[in-house]
Amino acid sequence: MTRPEQAGAPPRTESSPDRDARSPAGPPDAPLDVQALRRDFPALHQDVNGHPLAYLDNAATTQKPRAVLDALMGFYEADNANVHRGIHELSRRATEAYEGARDRVAEWIGAPGGREELIWTRGTTESINLVAASWGGANLSEGDEIVLTEMEHHSNLVPWQLVAQRTGARLRYVELDDDGRLRLEQLPELLNARTRLVAMTHVSNALGTINPVREVADLVREHGALLLVDGAQGAAHHPVDIGALGCDFYAFSGHKLMGPTGIGALWARKELLEAMPPYQGGGEMIRVVERDASTWAALPHKFEAGTPNIAGAVGMAAAVEYLDGVGPARVLRHEQSLVGYALERLAEFADIRIFGPSDPGERSGVVSFALDSAHPHDIATILDTEGVAIRAGHHCAQLVMRRYGVSATSRASFYLYNTREEVDRLVDGLGTVRTIFGPGEGS
Amino acid sequence: MTTEVQLSSLYQQVILEHYRHPKNKGDLEEATVTIFMENPTCGDEIRLQLRVEEDRIADARFVGSGCSISQASVSMMTQLLKGKELSEADALAKRFTELMHGDESAGKDRSLKDLRALQGVSKFPVRIKCALLGFDALEEALKRTRAGDTEEE
Repeated sequence: MTRPEQAGAPPRTESSPDRDARSPAGPPDAPLDVQALRRDFPALHQDVNGHPLAYLDNAATTQKPRAVLDALMGFYEADNANVHRGIHELSRRATEAYEGARDRVAEWIGAPGGREELIWTRGTTESINLVAASWGGANLSEGDEIVLTEMEHHSNLVPWQLVAQRTGARLRYVELDDDGRLRLEQLPELLNARTRLVAMTHVSNALGTINPVREVADLVREHGALLLVDGAQGAAHHPVDIGALGCDFYAFSGHKLMGPTGIGALWARKELLEAMPPYQGGGEMIRVVERDASTWAALPHKFEAGTPNIAGAVGMAAAVEYLDGVGPARVLRHEQSLVGYALERLAEFADIRIFGPSDPGERSGVVSFALDSAHPHDIATILDTEGVAIRAGHHCAQLVMRRYGVSATSRASFYLYNTREEVDRLVDGLGTVRTIFGPGEGS
Repeated sequence: MTTEVQLSSLYQQVILEHYRHPKNKGDLEEATVTIFMENPTCGDEIRLQLRVEEDRIADARFVGSGCSISQASVSMMTQLLKGKELSEADALAKRFTELMHGDESAGKDRSLKDLRALQGVSKFPVRIKCALLGFDALEEALKRTRAGDTEEE
C-alpha cells in the first residue's frame, strides 16, 4: 500500500461510490497504513514525561494532520479578509474559501438539500442549542414531549432542559441496558401524539455504542415527530450519509474529526430551517434592517450572525477532505479492531469492569472501564507519567455514570492513527497501577 | 526527577493507607456545621462535618468518594482538626495550601503530620485541586461557623 510522497492531504477525490477505491490509502476494505498516516500528525511525534506520546483521548478531541494546519495557515497568510459583500480581492477569496468549505462539508454528509442546509456553528453544542432555542422556542408548548436518552452527553440534555423550562414541555427518557445499549423497545411506548422531537446521540462518547439511527428515525417519523442526532462522535468515527440516516437535524463538530476547535455545523432539512426563527441577531443574518424590525437573509446565512469562524470552516473542510481520503468506513473498522484487541487485553485484569457493548462491532473506538482498586483519576495520572493520555471523569455524561453506579470511569478512545502497541502500553500502564494500588477485590 | 520517582513520591504508603482505610469516615452526631463540596470537573465529593464548641473543633468526620488524593487528604485533615481552635485550623489550611503550591518549608513543618506525605502532589498541577477539596470544605465550614450560618445547604 502506498501513500503520497508528501505528508499532506490526500489528493481531492471526486464524490462517487467508489471514491475510496481510488483514494491513496487503498481500497475500502484494506487495513489502514497507520505508520504512514501517523507521519501526517506533527503532535503525535513528541515525548511526554520521557515516553513517546500515546494519545488515547480522541473522543475528547483529535490531533490535526498537516493538511489542516496548512489550510489554516494558508488562509491567514494569503486570503484573510471578512466574508460577503466585500468588493476587494481578498474578501472575494475569503468568501470563496468559506463558502467552498460549506459546499465540501455539505457534500460530504450527503445533505439532500445542498449547501443551504449546512449552518456553521461553534460546534455540536451550539448546533443543538440553536435547534432547542429556535425550533424549540417556536414549536413547543405546555405538555409537549421531548424524548431523550440516558446515553446523552450533557450538550444534548441541558439545552432541552432549558427550553422545557421555558415552554412547559416535558422530557422523557429511553433507558440503557446493562450492556450499554439503548432499550429501544421502550421507544414505541414513549412516543405519542404529544411527542414533538426525539434527540439521540449517533455514537456514545462515554460507552462507544453506535445507535441504530435509521431504525429510530423510521419509528419517530411514524409518530409525526422529528429526530435530532448528536453527531459529535458520529461524523468523526462513522460514515455519515444524511439521506440514509433519515434524521431531521444532525449536529457535529470539526475538532472531533481532526479539524480546528470552535467550528462545527448543523445540518437540518431546508423546510425546517426556513420555518425556524433566527437564533442570534446581528450582521450577516439580515436582509433589510429598519427601526423596529428586520427581515432575514436567505439560508444558510439567516442562522449565522456576526463574522463567522472563517478559518475554522476552511480548516474543517480540510479535515473532512483528509478523513474522506482515508475513508470513514476504514477508520471505523480500524477503531473496532483496536477496541477488540483492547477488550481482549483488558480482560487480563480480574477486577476490571468494562462499560458498553461487549461486541466491538457495536462500538466506535471508545473503551470505558473501572478498576476496583484505583480511582480513574489515579489511573490517568499514572498512565500520564508513562506518556499514555486517557481521560478520567464523568465524560459530560452523568446520566450514564449514574446508570452504572459509578461517579467516573477511565476512558481510552482511539482514532485512525492509534496502534496495537499503544493498546499494549495502556495495559502495561494498568500494570503499574496494579503495582501501586494492589489487586482489587475481584482478583 | 524521573517520572518513576515522581510517582513513588505521589503515591506514598501513608496516602494509600488513608485511602484504603480512611480515618473519621462516617456521620457525625451533633454536628454544628455540615459542608458538601464537590469537584464538578471530576465528580469527587465529600461531606465534611464539624462539631465546634466554644471556638474549638471538638470532632470532625467526613463521608465522600473520589480519588486516592482527595480522600486521603480529607482523612488526614480530620485527624488533625480534632481539638484545634478555629484559628489553628485556619493556620493549618493556609500551611497545607502553601505546601500544595510548592513551598518546600511547609514540607518540613511537623504540624502538618501525615499531610506532609502529600507534598508530591505539588509536582502534579492537575491533581492539586484533589488534595485541596477537603480544605475547601474546611474553609467554608469555618466561614459559616464564624458567621453563625450553619444551616446545611
